[in-house]
Amino acid sequence: MNCNELLALLNEYVDGTVPPSVCKEFEKHLAGCNPCQIVVDNIRKTITLYKAGQPYELPAGFHDRLHQVLRQHWKQQP
Amino acid sequence: MNEALPEAVLIRRAQTGDLAAFEELVNQHERRVYALAYRILANQHDAEDVTQQTFLSALEHLSTFRGDASFATWLTRIATHAALKVIRKRRGLPTVSLDAATEPDDPDQTIPHPEFIADWRESPAQLVARRETHRLIDAALAQLDDKHRLVFLLRDVEGLSVKETAAALGLSEANVKVRLLRARLQLRETLTRAFGDPARRVAPHEHV
Repeated sequence: MNCNELLALLNEYVDGTVPPSVCKEFEKHLAGCNPCQIVVDNIRKTITLYKAGQPYELPAGFHDRLHQVLRQHWKQQP
Repeated sequence: MNEALPEAVLIRRAQTGDLAAFEELVNQHERRVYALAYRILANQHDAEDVTQQTFLSALEHLSTFRGDASFATWLTRIATHAALKVIRKRRGLPTVSLDAATEPDDPDQTIPHPEFIADWRESPAQLVARRETHRLIDAALAQLDDKHRLVFLLRDVEGLSVKETAAALGLSEANVKVRLLRARLQLRETLTRAFGDPARRVAPHEHV
């Protein structure tokens, strides 16, 4: 496996869905390729960061406005 | 209102006419839905609209929720649908058209190669504690094409499966995978330029 082939399988590797035989090849390349190791690590951290960056605070007053609208519609429900 | 009630109980109560239970469900999911809408649309007004539409639609269709997917995934699908409508309206496309979501990928596109390769100076946990990081990662996300951003948000942030993401966006699973890879690589590139240690930058290997 070379760097390009590794790149094509990056999703499956990061998501843990590579078949075991391919995974072995992947890790063999990774063990000898520092740039690819770092890219895989960067991608994992990127995903972690976006997941951890959630959720936002709601804009001021929006919670109340939203619930008021929902209560109105709830009453109009058949 | 007992806030410790399990979600399944709240859903059942809401389905049988308990408004307080429904509002508690909204409380539990409103920030996440708003964040998703905001990240897709990068506009507070549109994000509020989509959030409101999502919960109105959830209210209207509550009786049809069967628990095949999680409640969170169900809401994510409704919110995505509402956000896609806004995107199509922005592009001046008819709302019935699915073309915007299924806009074909150029088959000749190759996967972009990582250019800036370096270990990050800090861990995600350290980075996420800083307000500056939020501005930076949102800006990186906003640079992505809609089609790449949507797939990344649903799959990696909301945690939908490839199959669920494909269904929510009207795409093939193969298409989702290609878009996800491009999104992840582009975000990695942008964030590593910001968070990577330039002193420890390594050159990509040249493989023929």
